[in-house]
Amino acid sequence: MTARLEGIALGYGYPDHPVGRDVSLSLSAGEIVCLLGPNGGGKSTLFRTLLGLLPAQGGEVRLDGDPLATLSRAAIAKRVSYVPQAHAGYFPFTMRDVVLMGRTAHLSPFAAPGKRDVDIAEACLAKLGLAPLADQVYTRVSGGERQLALIARALAQQAPLVVMDEPTASLDFGNQARVLDEVRALAASGIGVIMATHDPDQAFLCADRVALLHAGKLVADAPPREAITPATMREVYGIDADVLDVTLATGETRRVCVPRSRA
Amino acid sequence: MTARTAWVTLGAVAALVVAVALAFSVGRYPVAPGDLAALAWSKLTGAPSGVAPTVEAIVWSVRGPRIGAALAIGAALAAAGAAYQSLFRNPLVSPDILGVSGGAAVGAVLGIFFALPILAIQGLAFAFGLVAVALVYLIATAVRGHDPLLVLVLAGVLVGALLGACVALLKVLADPYNQLPVITFWLLGSLAGAAPVDLASALPAIAVGFFPLWLLRWRVNLLSLGDEEARAMGVETTRVRVAVIASATLMTAAAVSIAGIVGWIGLVIPHFARLAVGPDFGRLLPVSAVLGAAFLLLVDTLARTAARIEVPLGVLTAFVGTPLFLWQLVRSRRSWQ
Repeated sequence: MTARLEGIALGYGYPDHPVGRDVSLSLSAGEIVCLLGPNGGGKSTLFRTLLGLLPAQGGEVRLDGDPLATLSRAAIAKRVSYVPQAHAGYFPFTMRDVVLMGRTAHLSPFAAPGKRDVDIAEACLAKLGLAPLADQVYTRVSGGERQLALIARALAQQAPLVVMDEPTASLDFGNQARVLDEVRALAASGIGVIMATHDPDQAFLCADRVALLHAGKLVADAPPREAITPATMREVYGIDADVLDVTLATGETRRVCVPRSRA
Repeated sequence: MTARTAWVTLGAVAALVVAVALAFSVGRYPVAPGDLAALAWSKLTGAPSGVAPTVEAIVWSVRGPRIGAALAIGAALAAAGAAYQSLFRNPLVSPDILGVSGGAAVGAVLGIFFALPILAIQGLAFAFGLVAVALVYLIATAVRGHDPLLVLVLAGVLVGALLGACVALLKVLADPYNQLPVITFWLLGSLAGAAPVDLASALPAIAVGFFPLWLLRWRVNLLSLGDEEARAMGVETTRVRVAVIASATLMTAAAVSIAGIVGWIGLVIPHFARLAVGPDFGRLLPVSAVLGAAFLLLVDTLARTAARIEVPLGVLTAFVGTPLFLWQLVRSRRSWQ
């Protein structure tokens, strides 16, 4: 059975402050789903609800068919990992320790990671090109390296599904491209990734499906070419944008979304 | 990193051994190193030591229990401080700031006030310490929309002030000839009255508190990332948090019940330990405990030898701890972030 995370007619937010309702969204192994929507549109809140970190305010979340509420945190963590936005508010753990923390779901409650876990963590660091930084302190490397470390941590968790909350936010141009390459590599290796992003071009680059979230409702859930159009961009973001096909120097054709200037 | 950890551990243990030897030999009746070695040898082998019985009594009956108490309490306070710091994701919290010491003080003073046996005093200290830290935590989580760290510290100050008022009230009500001097001396912290019977009840409590912290050492690391990330990685955060708070509070209360209020150790020692071996709780916990034991023993040796009268421990730890901590604060921000 392939891994599958689905929200069914999901209401999310807080009891006194509902953010969205009636959202049905799924993620299966091997696919990339991009979640687009304006700031404050509830993308993070939706993700937290899908991960069971916030209780659903309606509908339910199912993981491989089981209601999320019936599963232990370790059981969930073995099947879905979470890549939060990189932040610096940690104690000064080494990069290796940060990645090693991804192994926790596979350890018994009173155990510390062993040799095998360290090997897995080292392999995950190496996979993201972070091996030379293993002994560096997480709080003192660059923002891009931190974000890559959190992806390595999710890899070490060895879950078939990954939820990424704006993994490219606050990264420079080069690191954004690097992170997207890693996301595509994950999907190619059979892992399902759902990620929030602000950039329609990223969705064109890597997404199998695009979910457009607007005012707490799902406006579209379709392949990028159907979901991202001048009409939906106006509806969701309130701006005029053109969607064009450009030819790269390699001969590859790529679709991009370019906002129009108002002047 | 691992080699460094090994060296630091070795250094801390060496410091501990030196502190123990020093504590046994200095005092009003100095004990020569040769006599000390002979006594230790005779204890190990059962052979007669050939040392004067007075000296033997001083070493085993007078200094022994006190040294044991200093080691246990120093280790307990430092380990509890390390646990609170990781749990609250903040290198500035300590049993004092979270109101645990204050709560335990109220409980213990109540016990003294009602002339209860030592076990009851310990129980009261534990119960009130737990209530205090729960209160601080509840206030900090209930007040939203501010810097959570600021709210936590403010809540600790508030609860601490309230507990201080309770202690003051009990002092006013206490019998000024029998109870008040005991309470006052005890609030300043002292090991002068540490008897084997106190140790016998406090040591198991400290061990019972230490054991879960050691078992949960890896999960405590994840708690220091925050609730959401820890849960997303498979940690049942509420259970682990409750276990860690209960354990650290039990250790603090056991320490407070025999030594009174000894501040600063729970704040300063884990801070230095983190600088030495990094934030991984599996290393931080034992190194903090060993350093805390050595530090308190040295301070207590100073307390009973520096002047004609016993200098209260809490006074000395503050005199030693404040400049150390300030120096550290100015020198680097390394262990903060």
